Amino acid sequence: MVKLNVNLGKGLTLKNPVLTASGTFGFGEEYSPFIDLERLGGFIVKGTTLEAREGNPYPRMAETPSGMLNAVGLQNKGVDYFIEHIYPRIAGLDTEILVNVSGKSVEDYAETARRLSLLENIHAIELNISCPNVKQGGMAYGTTCDGASEVVSAVRQAWPRHLMVKLSPNVTSIKDIALAVEGAGADSISLINTLLGMAVDVERRRPYLSTITGGLSGPAVRPVAVRMVWQVAKAVKVPVVGLGGIVSGRDALEFIMAGASAIQVGTANFINPESTIKVLEEIEEFCERQGIKSLDEIRGII
Amino acid sequence: MAKVHQNFTITQKCELSAGYCLLHLKPASGKLPEGILPGQFVEILAPDNATMLRRPISIHFVDYNTDRISLLIRRVGNGTNAICDLPEGEALDIVLPLGNGFSEDFEAGATVILVGGGVGVAPLLYQASKLKDKGIRVKMVYGARTVDELVVAEAFKPYCELEITTDDASAGTPGRVTDSVCFREYLKEAAMVQCCGPGPMMKAVAAACKAHGVACEVSLENMMACGLGACLCCVEKTVKGNVCVCTEGPVFNIEKLTW
Ligand SMILES: Cc1cc2nc3c(=O)[nH]c(=O)nc-3n(C[C@H](O)[C@H](O)[C@H](O)COP(=O)(O)OP(=O)(O)OC[C@H]3O[C@@H](n4cnc5c(N)ncnc54)[C@H](O)[C@@H]3O)c2cc1C
Ligand SMILES: Cc1cc2nc3c(=O)[nH]c(=O)nc-3n(C[C@H](O)[C@H](O)[C@H](O)COP(=O)(O)O)c2cc1C
Ligand code: FES
Repeated sequence: MVKLNVNLGKGLTLKNPVLTASGTFGFGEEYSPFIDLERLGGFIVKGTTLEAREGNPYPRMAETPSGMLNAVGLQNKGVDYFIEHIYPRIAGLDTEILVNVSGKSVEDYAETARRLSLLENIHAIELNISCPNVKQGGMAYGTTCDGASEVVSAVRQAWPRHLMVKLSPNVTSIKDIALAVEGAGADSISLINTLLGMAVDVERRRPYLSTITGGLSGPAVRPVAVRMVWQVAKAVKVPVVGLGGIVSGRDALEFIMAGASAIQVGTANFINPESTIKVLEEIEEFCERQGIKSLDEIRGII
Repeated sequence: MAKVHQNFTITQKCELSAGYCLLHLKPASGKLPEGILPGQFVEILAPDNATMLRRPISIHFVDYNTDRISLLIRRVGNGTNAICDLPEGEALDIVLPLGNGFSEDFEAGATVILVGGGVGVAPLLYQASKLKDKGIRVKMVYGARTVDELVVAEAFKPYCELEITTDDASAGTPGRVTDSVCFREYLKEAAMVQCCGPGPMMKAVAAACKAHGVACEVSLENMMACGLGACLCCVEKTVKGNVCVCTEGPVFNIEKLTW
């Protein structure tokens, strides 16, 4: 049997490297008719903000070649609703539950993290730094080293447990941003968030999304994601969590060989609600076939 | 009524006019999930990776005696074409049953009007049969652009009084469903109108119901990615804010919408 458990440091240990990507797995419950959630290394819930948000107007999605564009815009009921209504329903599960945190100001991020720190069974949060910084004219925090380290430092003060920081791929040098968030106190780094994209309905002569542009995900982005994970894993000392277009065990193994300690399954959940378990079983089969006893043997070999 | 993911074999396929296709399916497991409601839908994975995402399709009819369901699909793009091109005997990968359903609880002897436009009649057949079983009088207005699109009119006849309208006057009453005198007569005695069709048609029906003080449910067809309430892509603006059509719908009472 291959040893699949992963220690991401600072109190976050996963029974296996398979996590789910925020915004693609609801609060886990949506998938419990199809899979045993406790088989997962963990799951990351929908982006949560200090106050409730309505998100963007419909239409919010369009299918593109081997991928999709979305413009959900962080619709959620706010952190207090999560704490009161959702957490009690899922907290007892024997798997790691990470909350994905978003904000429109540094103070928002920090306050959301502080409120979540009261929840005993949340051992880690994932910071989504792809959100627009309202003070900086709406440019995303995660697109400059200063913006990224400012928000990570502030949350570091408010959140004592494991802090995973999720990077935006819409930058010139992913390595520089990764080094900045590591310097500001991140315990691990996940990437990639969606790539900025656009599609036009030529018959109707208008964009498919109400917001014109949106985030591209799915197999189409995988080679970009693998490349970025490889660049970041080479540059930082903290563990890296890879995602972007993972549908199969082989896809996950690409990220692991490129240096990822764990992976997340996102858009694939929409295609097949059992995708996470399929990825996990295919990783196991691969390791058995190749005589691999621990993922450490192949992690970052490239 | 747990959601399940399973393969269904195409037991019979009928190519109809105007690019419509009627599929009869039986679950590979032999048993249909219990308690499927009229108005619910399925998510089908198109074969051969024709599309990445699943396609939402209404449940047209359910027969628990033979454990079969049927779907009425109009070919409009890669996904619906790939699904309809599969020959009999092949299997489709399906998640079901999804969403809510139409209201079914009315006083015995009440009248319910069903209004379907084009492929929007799909979810109404099972509803018509359920209502009839419960002793409710069903009147149906079936609208289409042209006679070629009236593909399942015969199927409704055992369950209801049927009024047909076509935009081009090729069959039934010329004009739109809301123009029909019959529809306006039906409205006078209706406990509720239940409608599925193109957006402008549903809005016109909703407006007529409001004007006559008749309750109305519509079935929405927003674009979906997951069909499970996980992605929040399919939202409709309601009096309670944005809600997912795939879990809180597809059927909505018009009082909940901002139309
Ligand atoms: C709850 C629900 C129930 C439905 N029931 C049926 C049914 O019983 N029979 C049936 O034939 N169709 C039904 N539809 C519509 C069907 O899902 C779409 O026609 C289908 O997804 C188109 O896929 P495609 O790959 O063939 O076309 P695409 O290439 O994806 O699109 C072709 C055209 O169809 C339109 N379209 C795409 N997706 C949708 C959608 N979800 N709703 C409306 N238009 C869309 C696009 O705007 C485009 O103009 C239903 C939709 C929903 C949400
Ligand atoms: C519908 C949708 C909603 C998403 N919502 C969030 C979110 O709230 N927070 C976040 O950090 N990422 C969000 N993402 C990005 C995913 O978590 C992931 O980074 C991206 O989709 C790439 O992975 P994939 O190709 O496996 O889906 C969302 C993606 C999709 C498709
Ligand atoms: S389609 Fe994903 S929430 Fe409705």
